[in-house]
Parts: sequence; C-alpha cells; structure tokens
Amino acid sequence: MTPTQARSAGASQPAPPQKLVVIGAGMASGRLLEELAKLAPEKYEVTLFGAEKWGNYNRIMLSPVLSGEKQFDEIITHDADWYAAQGINCRFGETIVKIDRKTKRVISNRGATHYDKLVIATGSASFFIPVAGNDLPGVVGFRDHDDVERMLEAAQKPDGKAVVIGGGLLGLEAAAALHARGMKVTVLHLMGHLMERQLDPTAGYLLKKELEGRGIRVVCNAHTNAIVGDGKAEAVLLEDNATHEADLVVMAVGIRPETRLGVDSGLETNRGIVVDDHMRTSDPDIMAIGECVEHNETVFGLVAPLYDMAKVAAKQLAGPSEAGFSYGETPTKLKVTGINLYSVGDFSDGPDREEIVLRDATKGMYKRVVLRDNRIVGAVLYGDVSDGPWYYDMIQQSTDVSEMRETLIFGQAHQGGGGFDPIEAVAALSDDAEICGCNGVCKGDIVAAIGAHDLTTLDEVRAHTKASASCGNCTGLVENLMAATLGDAFSANAVKSMCGCTELTHGDVRRLIKAKELKSIPAVMQELEWSTSGGCAKCRPALNYYLLADWPGEYVDDQQSRFINERVHANIQKDGTYSVIPRMWGGMTNAAELRAIADVVDKFEIPTVHVTGGQRIDLLGVKKEDLPAVWSDLNDAGMVSGHAYAKGLRTVKTCVGKDWCRFGTQDSTGLGVRLEKFLWGSWAPHKIKLAVTGCPRNCAEATCKDIGVICVDSGYEIHYAGAAGLHIQGTTKLTTVATEDEVMEIAAAIVQMYREQGHYLERIYKWAERIGHDTVRAAILDDPEGRRAYYDRFVFSQQFAQTDPWSERVSGVDKHEFKPMATLELEPAE
Amino acid sequence: MNAMTNIWTPVGQLSDIPRQGARCVRHGDTKIAVFRTSDDRVFALEDQCPHKNGPLSQGIVHDRGVTCPLHNWVISLETGTAMGADEGETRTYPVKVEGDTIMVAL
Repeated sequence: MTPTQARSAGASQPAPPQKLVVIGAGMASGRLLEELAKLAPEKYEVTLFGAEKWGNYNRIMLSPVLSGEKQFDEIITHDADWYAAQGINCRFGETIVKIDRKTKRVISNRGATHYDKLVIATGSASFFIPVAGNDLPGVVGFRDHDDVERMLEAAQKPDGKAVVIGGGLLGLEAAAALHARGMKVTVLHLMGHLMERQLDPTAGYLLKKELEGRGIRVVCNAHTNAIVGDGKAEAVLLEDNATHEADLVVMAVGIRPETRLGVDSGLETNRGIVVDDHMRTSDPDIMAIGECVEHNETVFGLVAPLYDMAKVAAKQLAGPSEAGFSYGETPTKLKVTGINLYSVGDFSDGPDREEIVLRDATKGMYKRVVLRDNRIVGAVLYGDVSDGPWYYDMIQQSTDVSEMRETLIFGQAHQGGGGFDPIEAVAALSDDAEICGCNGVCKGDIVAAIGAHDLTTLDEVRAHTKASASCGNCTGLVENLMAATLGDAFSANAVKSMCGCTELTHGDVRRLIKAKELKSIPAVMQELEWSTSGGCAKCRPALNYYLLADWPGEYVDDQQSRFINERVHANIQKDGTYSVIPRMWGGMTNAAELRAIADVVDKFEIPTVHVTGGQRIDLLGVKKEDLPAVWSDLNDAGMVSGHAYAKGLRTVKTCVGKDWCRFGTQDSTGLGVRLEKFLWGSWAPHKIKLAVTGCPRNCAEATCKDIGVICVDSGYEIHYAGAAGLHIQGTTKLTTVATEDEVMEIAAAIVQMYREQGHYLERIYKWAERIGHDTVRAAILDDPEGRRAYYDRFVFSQQFAQTDPWSERVSGVDKHEFKPMATLELEPAE
Repeated sequence: MNAMTNIWTPVGQLSDIPRQGARCVRHGDTKIAVFRTSDDRVFALEDQCPHKNGPLSQGIVHDRGVTCPLHNWVISLETGTAMGADEGETRTYPVKVEGDTIMVAL
C-alpha cells in the first residue's frame, strides 16, 4: 500500500462495528485486545473463545505458582470484569472445531459464529516425546493451570519422586519448583549440557553444578526409551537401561504450535501458521498471532515477540498500518530463586567474531561477551548478571565498544577506571611477604634463589624453591615476581602454554585436574579460566586424555574431541580411505589368521597388503563404509584391533627366543605375548612400543623402544625411554630382574607413571628426560610400595579399557561414523 | 546443462549428526560434509580440503572451523576458506534446518 492510500483510508469515516472473532484467550490475545481497546474501541464487536475456564493469565509465572511463591489468582491478568468492561463477549470453555472460510464462520461444539475478521491465537501445546507410556496417568506437560494442579497433587505424596524430561528453561523451572515442594527430582536432558539453546557449555556446567548442589539430580545425554508403570507412571527407562523411579513425569522438551485449525481450513501452514510481517495469514481476513504462528521460518516461545505480534495485529485491525513485525534478540533469564543466569543474542563462535571471557572460579562466575566489528552481538552471564541489561542495551543500540574494550567485561561500574600493573604490585611487596601458601615460600626466598642459581624459568624456580609447585594457584604471582626480578630476561611463555586457549602448561593442567577434582572438559575450562568458550583442536584431545587417565571408570570419553583415527579405530590415509591392522600378539600368527586376512582382502578388494615394522599385517585402502564388515570378518577369525592408531600400546615386537633360536636365553616370544595381552587397552599420552628380545644380539631391536626387555641367562634386563622416529635415542637401562612377573609389574608401573605424568603427545623418552631418570628410578625401583600402587592403578584402569573396539562397532556402537547420512541420486541432465 | 537453481533437499535429521561432528552426504559423484557445531549450527562443505583433498568430514570440529585430519589445516565452516596462514577455499552449500530436518541447497 502506498502512503497516499494509507492516509486516505485512515481518514475515512467510522463504519458500523465489524465482527471480530478471536480464538484463544492466552497472553498474545490478551495483549491484542488491550491494544485494540486503546486504538479502536468502537470498531469491532469482539467474541473471544478460550478453551480454558478463565481468561488470560501470565503463563510464564506458572513456575512461581508451582513452587508456592505465588498464588494462581495473582497471575491472572485479565479477569471476567475486565472483558465485560471492554464489551467483549467471552465464550470460555468452548472449543472451536472448525473454521468455514467460505461462509466466514467459526464452528464450536455449541454452534456457528460469523466473523468479518478472525484472529487465531491458539498458542501451543507441550510436546510429548513419542515413547511408550507417554500417555500414562502421572505424565504431564508444563503449560497451563491444570498441569500445575496435577503436579501439585503429585507433590502431596511424602518423598514423592519426580522426573523432569527436558533441561531447558521450562524443565529446570519445573524441577526447582517441585524440589521446593519437597519432591526428589531428577532432570533428564537429551543434550550434553543444560539449556543448550541459551547457554554455552561452560554456563551449562555451572548451572548443573548449582542444581546438583541443591539436591536435584541432573543426567545429561539421557535418551528416554519408555515410561513404564502399572496403570500409572512409575519409572522412566533410558536407552542405556538406566531406570529412574517416578511418581510424576513432567514433559518439558518443547512446545508444538497448535496449528490444527489452520491446517484444516487450508491456511498455509508449516511448523506454525504462516503469517506475513503484518500478521496476516494466507487468507486476508484471518490473522494469527502468538506461539501458533510461523514468521520468516521462525516459531516463537518467549513472550516478548508475542507481545510485539499482538501490537502489530492490533494496529492492523484498528486501521491500515504499515507497522510490521520484526523481532530482535530476547534476553533469557531463568526464574529459579538464587540462580543468576542471563543470556542474550547470538553467542556462537565464528571467524568474524571475537569473544571476551572472564571467569572467576572461586566465585563461580562466568561472563562471556561476543563481539563482531567492535559491536556486541551476544552475552552469556552466570553468577553476576547485573550487567546483563547494559550489554543488552548495547546490542540493541549497536554501540561501538572499541573505546571500552579493555574493561568491557568487568561491567558498567568499571568504565573509566585507572590502570593496575601487577608486576609493579608484586615488586612493591616486602621480602617476607608470603608468595606460596602451600609451601610457605616468601618473596625474599624466591628472589635469593633466582640470583644464586641463575634461574630463568618457572620450572627451575619451582624445583629450587617449591614456590607454586603444589596447588599452582600462585603461579601468576611467581611469574610476576620473576618478571620484576629478571626484567627482560624472563618470559612467562618460556614454558609453553598448552595452547592459545590458556596460559597454563600441560603440567599445570594435569596437576590442577587432580587437585581440584575436575571431571569434565567444561569443568576444566571453567575452573582453570580458559580464555575461549569451547577450546580448540589442540587442547580438547589433551584434556580428554587427561580426564580419562585421571578418572578411570568415571569420566566418559568425548568422541568429538578425538582425532579421526581414534574415533573410528583405523588409520586415515591420504586418499581418505583407511588402513586396518589386526593384532598379532608378539608378532605371532598362524594359517587360520592368514587365511582369514586373505579372504578379507579378496572380499573387500583391498588394494594393498603390507608387513609393518611392528610385526603385523596392514591392510591399506579400506573404504570407511566397509570397516565394520572387515572387522566383523576378522573378529570371526579371532582377531581384534591392533590399536595401530592409538595413543596407547601399539606392539610388542619379539624374536623367537629359546623355543627355536640356538642363542635364545628365555621365552622372549611368550613374554612378549604376555606383555601385549596385559598392557593393551588403556590410553596414554602418546603411542607405546615395546620389544622383548631373547638375547643381547637384540634381533627384536629392544634398545630403541619405549620399553625394551633383553633376556639374559640370569633373567631380564629392563630398558626404557628409547626412540627411533624423528629422534633416535638408545634406551636407558633400569634394572635386571629374575622373573617374568617382575617384568610385568615394572613395565606396568612405568606405563602408569607415564600415563599419570606425561604431557599429551610426549613420548616416554621425552617424559623421562623432563622429569629425570633418577626420579623414575626412585619411584619404580627404590619404592616397592609405590611401584605396586602404580601397578594396581594400571590394573584398575584396564578394566574399563580392555574391550575390543572393533567388536563393539561391529555390534553397532557409533554406527553413524561409518555410513553416509544420505545418498542422493542425481537426476539425469536433460 | 540444467539451470543451476538451488533446490532445498532434505538430507537427514539434526540428531543424525553428533554435536561437534559431521556426516557425509553423497550427491552423485560429489561428497558433501554436513557439520553440526556445539551450538547446533549446521554447515555444509564439499568434503575436500583445499590443500590435499583430505576428507573434512573426518576432522575435529571446533568453534566455527574444522581441522582437516590429514595435515591440520583449519577450514572455516562459514566461508569454506582456510584460516590462519594457509590459503585455499572449499565450496560451501547453503543449509537450513526446518524442525529437525536438515536441508541443503543443491
């Protein structure tokens, strides 16, 4: 419409009242009628249909009603008196079953009503996940007054148990409220972290920690399989067979726009009833607003855009209007007393994005502001949300923040403050000021040691003074002191940090994971104040390993933080195919295995077969889709994964020993097989290769391995820390023992010590060089109890690691890895 | 030749792809890698690193990039260009998610 037309139409005389019918008496229609009453009170004769028994109430305040912080009466926004005062004919409790667009009538169970203009505001319904038992009594949504009533009834039962399915905004509010009502509450959430639409993983982790601290159980990655019970809900079963008892099951996984009337009457409908910028449906006399609509391929669940729709629709109804609906970012706050959480805008990462992160682990505080072109596009705040509105305002105003970048993250109160130089601050301390509380080291001690021993690195200062060598919290202080003492001679980065996401070194991170009992990647990133929100391809695999090594049986391996070879248990080749290497224990094989390998090569047309330096057979050029079938055939012949891709035990190379060789002194093959069968499985910082050779002629080349055993007449020489790759280095001899059992114990103890102390991608020789051979000898040889403890911890870890990954995948684990998501046929060109 | 009009083609469900993971779609002779980030954004690239044709779908997905499994080039999921000091570009495809269904413009 042109402006001229708009003006002339707006100036026309008031017509006799038209008939306006509104279907749905929820928040959107409440706001619409309010606006319309202001703009054009005389223009329409309004009839309002609502399926519930009362008028509009503030649905988002149902959580406080559920928790007992409010009464239902308090949240009713439009009562019968208000509608009466506006002259609105209310037909509550009456359901519209059909819209007849030809005759312009809506049909209810009590008859037909004519309309000139119709507004559909039917809202949405709780989405019930399609599992068996979702219709049992005791399974409720969290949507309306009746749902709350049903939940309150269930909460009457002493020690009642509630399971909330869905860890989004609504689910968590329901969980907190039911917990406040005295129920034992478990939240089952499909995703890896809570409220994934509003929060990044770190904030999700903090929220989970807080809820668990309150006594609410939270299970992430929970795939619901069924709800079971005899005549009513009694338990929720997960796909991993975990069972959660429940007297009440709350479905809070999402909402489904209520589009039935639109669909039945032939209006254009996708996920919601499709509307244009003026809230008009495909029928010019029918408008739709609220959660039932779809605008620009988006559906809506938060209240702010619904109110905007209502205003636009009211203007349209009042007279021609050019006001169109558009929506900006809506901030989200969780309405749970005592939890401060705020998110707004787009806080995802991207190459054109920059982020500023502030973490305060002790206060449990996390702030993240995402910038694009020096403008804030999103923010996530946890703990301290006081600056949320300030950031939101700057998002809306598109404020250029380049002037205040340095202090932006500290909030509005810190703008324009003075500078602070931490190095000057530490230089100003007195000599007897304590720097390291754990080890009682004063500033004077450190300065003196630096001077006396020409120390230039943090590790050296730690070695000489023990400052920051325990919990590590004073590392920054020690570094600043070194900078103040050494000036330019000191560079804090002399010991390289793990990656660009943190200032901490691998050693720091390993120590702190144990000291602070950090048990997940988000926990490490939050508590150790990572500067990025989600890490990078360098730190994530390292953290995944450290957590796996430090918390065996507890930490769940994060597949997406693994390199492809470890994810699919094969080695990627330059053309994208894979190589497959089955184990040949100690380099031994037989006719049946060789025959099976030959059959697999023929069956899958494997182009290359190669004998490796680790005494086994490599099948090269296997297509990824074929991997499970190849493994299945090899498994059938008794062969398992050779872990040729693993940071862990690869091979134990042997010679034939005294069984055959005229020089052989011991059963080197037997010992090699025994070592390989004992050591395979657990992940390590890097690959581990062993060899057992039957005599000092060393045919198995044991003296360039991570651990090498040389059999001699009197027993077994144990060597370690050799290398034969980029770097060539002979092994260092540890000791000679008399029995195979002693070899087993020492080898396992070394591997475990390395697993606990090694930095990710650091081979055993590098690790030994770093900590010193004397340290290794002292731990492994001079301290039998300590050695035994290492051995025991290794054995413990192995019980979670010694599962053949091939047979697991043959039986269906990670099947998404091995086949394309879709295969699309191309239409022939014409 | 056919007109190069893009047709939104459903290729699977969002839940088919693990977070910070990828799946392949075969489209005739072309392999397309469809990525899902930790915040559920979905991107599609030709499954070929501009460096040595490494299968990007097999890489580690982080932020808005994927690290190629062959030589650790990092390719932007949004633009298909190599990040950092490397230079090169991989073809991108428009993607949208409707409900749980992933649609790629082919």
